[in-house]
Amino acid sequence: MNVIDTARPPERAASRTATFKPSLLLSEHHHLCPGCGEPVAIRLILEVIQELELTQNNICILGHGCYGSFIMQMDVDSTLCLHGRGPAVATGMKRIRPQTAIWTLQGDGDMTSEGLAEIMHAAARGENVTCFMLNNGVFGDTGGQMTASSVIGQRTKNTLEGRDAAYHGNPIKLAEIVASMDGAAYVARGSVHNAASINATRKLIRKAFQRPMEGQGLALMEILTMCPTGWFVPPGEGAEYMMESLGKVYGLGELKDVAAAASPEDAGV
Amino acid sequence: MSGMRLLDGSEAIVEAAIMAGLRFYAGYPIAPATELLEYMAEKLPSVGGVCVNADTEIEAVNMALGAAQVGARAATGSCGQGLALKQEAIAEAALNETPLVVFNMARNQQDYFQATRGGGWGDYHTVTYAPKDLHEAVELTHVAFHVADKYRVPVIFMGDNLLARTQMGTSLPVPELEKLPAKDWALDGTMGGTGASRWIWTFGGGKANRPGVGPDGYWRQIAEKFQRIARDEMRHEQCFCEDAETVVVAFGSAGKFVEHVVRELRKEGMKIGFFRPITLWPFPADALDAATRDAKNILVFELNAGQMIDDVRLSVEGRRRIAAIGGVSFDDSGLNLGPLLDADIIRERILAQLSGQPLRQLPYTGMGAYL
Repeated sequence: MNVIDTARPPERAASRTATFKPSLLLSEHHHLCPGCGEPVAIRLILEVIQELELTQNNICILGHGCYGSFIMQMDVDSTLCLHGRGPAVATGMKRIRPQTAIWTLQGDGDMTSEGLAEIMHAAARGENVTCFMLNNGVFGDTGGQMTASSVIGQRTKNTLEGRDAAYHGNPIKLAEIVASMDGAAYVARGSVHNAASINATRKLIRKAFQRPMEGQGLALMEILTMCPTGWFVPPGEGAEYMMESLGKVYGLGELKDVAAAASPEDAGV
Repeated sequence: MSGMRLLDGSEAIVEAAIMAGLRFYAGYPIAPATELLEYMAEKLPSVGGVCVNADTEIEAVNMALGAAQVGARAATGSCGQGLALKQEAIAEAALNETPLVVFNMARNQQDYFQATRGGGWGDYHTVTYAPKDLHEAVELTHVAFHVADKYRVPVIFMGDNLLARTQMGTSLPVPELEKLPAKDWALDGTMGGTGASRWIWTFGGGKANRPGVGPDGYWRQIAEKFQRIARDEMRHEQCFCEDAETVVVAFGSAGKFVEHVVRELRKEGMKIGFFRPITLWPFPADALDAATRDAKNILVFELNAGQMIDDVRLSVEGRRRIAAIGGVSFDDSGLNLGPLLDADIIRERILAQLSGQPLRQLPYTGMGAYL
């Protein structure tokens, strides 16, 4: 296995990665902002779907957020559902097609704000679906407003002086809550702020697809994604800003794996 | 007669729905739609179907959307406030072309507006069937699933408490309906990576290699589709309208009571007719206009403060005198239809209205059963 050294810049600039696209992407172009982490996370998900040979056995349910535009870019059977309702739609699909990999693509606004009930009940029922939450701590699509996952002190367009617990309430650590629920088989939090975190997150995503397909229950895969536009920082500073703000509250790694022993080849991520 | 069974309306509807191919139901308890959920939970697993006890009304309807989008015949059910919670998803089903049946076992008739006007966003209508009794309910259950699939639209089946909870003998006949094409639009998960992956999306954007017509084009196509439905799927029933000086309009269970009273008054020599819309949307406006061409009066009997009467007015555009003879009518009897749903009282109100007398105020029935 090739190990990528992320401690210093590469000796020569990457040339192939700029033109390579996973076969499940219909276009090399997207319409999201410079420095956005979402395309990186989505590309990872699509690569894992290919690795697991789920290409012609999966359905994606997209929520409402910037990532929703990827319904056009992804060569995957897809629906873009109502805000926050993805896990409920996924439930209906999975109960009718139990052999198909059903996955939702949601943001923190979609999942922890509008859609909190749907993810909680789907997890409690142990639906065999994979739910992705791309967490950037803001409503990026509407220009950077506070979500339920915005961290204390975070400046957004409707918390101009920073999120104040006494006035705006506290952030919801959804992955920790879902990990405590009996129906959840796998809960992990990854990130795409540098090459090392991208590689680590890819392995978490594999298990997030595998556990539901094994019939073990729901997988919640949270991925911290940069949103420089929504954070009002230059694109190049997104990664650093993220790990100084969201990264301090939302720790990376596996929170739960009911079948850790069942897949020894994936242990030790 | 062989094959006859004594069933309440809820059970008959569930049996008919399963015979029509229903394989997924998700619901949340709310009287009088609760029995529907109970029967679904009991019967669907035995045919390989699924009934999910959803934790919210909103979850229930979105689950049904998901099941329908992967090709199953799917439904949810509720009434009143529960139907209000489902309206966002009903609009979504209309705008992303998902066939969905919503059973609205209404408490009385105060759901007319939210069924026919649509409580959600966008340029859409909800096809709404209002059966008068269990026999028609069995037929319209089949029709509801058929029309939902034929046009890829949400359909509301509007029953009520009396239908849900009273028994009749039925052989559960299956109406003959045209064969529909396979659902080549449904998401089955097999098209990934082929360049021909499928999408279901309110904005009609398509895929990067096959862009759709976009919101503007898609919503115009959908609006045109509802015009076709309005032209082809309208249903109504009428009797004695040809020479009637007075036509009484009513729908659902109330229609059955009114029809009985009109038949009695006819026997007594009164020139009175009866008109009952079976589809509340599309409302049979032209048929009502024609049926009342020579009538002096149109009386509208509905168990609400006056909702369908708006559609009656639009149908005749001021060419006839119209009066409401129904009203809010609710009680704690368990049937919740109140004192107005009574043949003698309907008769009294028709005669009072025609002779210029004020309609008698009925006493409130109170909250006795709740105390």
